[in-house]
Amino acid sequence: MTTDVPPAAGRGTVRRLAGTLHRRPRLRLALLLTGPLLWLSVLYLGSLAVLFVSAFWTTDSFTSQVVKVWSTDNFHALFTTPVYRQVVLRSVGVALAVTVLCAVIAFPLAFYTARVARPQRRPLLVVAILTPLWASYLVKVYAWRLILSEGGLADWMLAPFGLSGPGYGLPATVLTLTYLWLPYMVLPLHTALEQLPAGLLEASADLGARPGRTFRSVVLPMVLPSVAAGSVFTFSLSLGDYITVQIVGGKTQLIGNLVYSNIELNLPMAAALGTVPVAVIVLYLLAIRRTGALNSL
Amino acid sequence: MEGRAIRLQGLRKSFGDTTAVAGVDLEIRDGEFFSMLGPSGSGKTTVLRLVAGFETPDRGRIELAGQDVTGLAPFERDVHTVFQDYALFPHMTVEQNVAYGLKVRRVPKAERLVRARKALAEVGLEGYGPRRPAQLSGGQRQRVALARALVGRPRVLLLDEPLGALDLKLRERMQVELKAIQREVGITFVFVTHDQEEALTMSDRIAVLDRGRIAQVGTPAEIYERPATPFVASFVGTSNLLEGEAAHRITGSPGTYNIRPEKIRVLKDAAEPDEPEHTTATGTVAEVVYLGDATRFLVDLDGGGRLTALQQNLETSSADVAAYRGTRVRLQWHHRHAVRLPS
Repeated sequence: MTTDVPPAAGRGTVRRLAGTLHRRPRLRLALLLTGPLLWLSVLYLGSLAVLFVSAFWTTDSFTSQVVKVWSTDNFHALFTTPVYRQVVLRSVGVALAVTVLCAVIAFPLAFYTARVARPQRRPLLVVAILTPLWASYLVKVYAWRLILSEGGLADWMLAPFGLSGPGYGLPATVLTLTYLWLPYMVLPLHTALEQLPAGLLEASADLGARPGRTFRSVVLPMVLPSVAAGSVFTFSLSLGDYITVQIVGGKTQLIGNLVYSNIELNLPMAAALGTVPVAVIVLYLLAIRRTGALNSL
Repeated sequence: MEGRAIRLQGLRKSFGDTTAVAGVDLEIRDGEFFSMLGPSGSGKTTVLRLVAGFETPDRGRIELAGQDVTGLAPFERDVHTVFQDYALFPHMTVEQNVAYGLKVRRVPKAERLVRARKALAEVGLEGYGPRRPAQLSGGQRQRVALARALVGRPRVLLLDEPLGALDLKLRERMQVELKAIQREVGITFVFVTHDQEEALTMSDRIAVLDRGRIAQVGTPAEIYERPATPFVASFVGTSNLLEGEAAHRITGSPGTYNIRPEKIRVLKDAAEPDEPEHTTATGTVAEVVYLGDATRFLVDLDGGGRLTALQQNLETSSADVAAYRGTRVRLQWHHRHAVRLPS
């Protein structure tokens, strides 16, 4: 190696720049965050603000033109019209049901992938659980439409027991959404269970606890933050969904459908409806913040 | 009450191709402080886990207080364990940790609290109840783990290298405290360690394990003074072997002998007379190591072989010590301190 060759000019510039950045931490931070912050504030928070503001406008009932006059009529309608109330409650109910189902199905699955399966196989199993996420959303939902159709796979499999499939409707919606969002629950649970020290389970048994007690007193409290973290995904994704319910929900209406059907005719009402899931999710996040789940996201 | 706390018969356990425990027979008495001493991989922890019930033996029988518990689950056995990494429940307070075993056994809440506080007091942690394990130092966590295991007053307490993670000073203090607590509560302690000094200072009896088998069982003095195998001689204390031709020439009979370094006197003055019942060997000092409280001499014997001798520094200083290097000395020890080992 020769030592008398001067460093290339380009490299010198890069070095100077790196040196400048090293001495100026604020400049470094500005370069790092300007782009994401612009995106977040203008596109994301901006559109949320527009949504919220337009929820207070009204529509001319003859022309369907938006009238930019402040009024709380939309929210008044939201709280007083029985249909709206029912749909909001139904949507929250669906989101909760999907979340509970996901948790109940994900736990044994994650327990197997994280603690029972041979360690060399675990990464493969995790990948297997995640593969459905690589397929198109629509393909999966239409697959469920086929499964649940009359004389479809569900009917055929339940026929020997004298039963039939749920058909299209609310149960089909819950079932399909549970299928769609399950990986988002399995993954945090798998991580939590994998990190759960085996010594704690042994210590519990050693002190006289049967498996059920160990599960309730040690395993559950320790993985609960991760269940809550997973539920943030399953809950908010279910609450915002409107395509699944159109494909397998039969006549079922959820908030998303109401927003969708109001967009052309009554944009301000659609905006008012659109604030409901946002508000519900904020409440949900506040509620689960107490479990410490937001620290494990 | 004099009786048997633990009895192991023909215990074997393999993990895949590795044999962790290769036939262990052992009896541990009630109220004894019993240590299982061995290097890592000697199977001592596996024996402990078999007794606790975390592992099932491939063959053999485990008895607790005369009752066969070989097939029982950990929660069906009257033993508690202090784990090497303490295994405290991080989501519970110190008090909840200590009271957990009582809660599981449906002890009423008021009694639970009283007993948990008493157990915490026993280990010197009054007032620490409301804290979380994460807020404690290593030594304090160790005490919580001890209190948690002791509060239910099990028949046997198993301790898996409980002092391994502590620094030297704290470890020495805990050795004394552990022994005191054991004497006070009168529970049988089975203590697993790889630290021979720890085992020697604390135990009533010691089992030395070597590659899944018990090499020797005995009191600390028996293990140290009369090691049964070359392995025990070298693992417990400094091994100092006199073997082959040299052994024959010096002691008058063939065989392999172990002589503890502190039993050998280093005589510089050729005029000092040979004492009766003593063996004498001459040699040259190859190396001298000043240890502060003592000096270690490595002496090449004229008859072949090398012996280590340890002398208390009663009057010598480090400067005097260096002068010994290369000088001629006579080594002398009492007959009974040359322990013949099976070859």
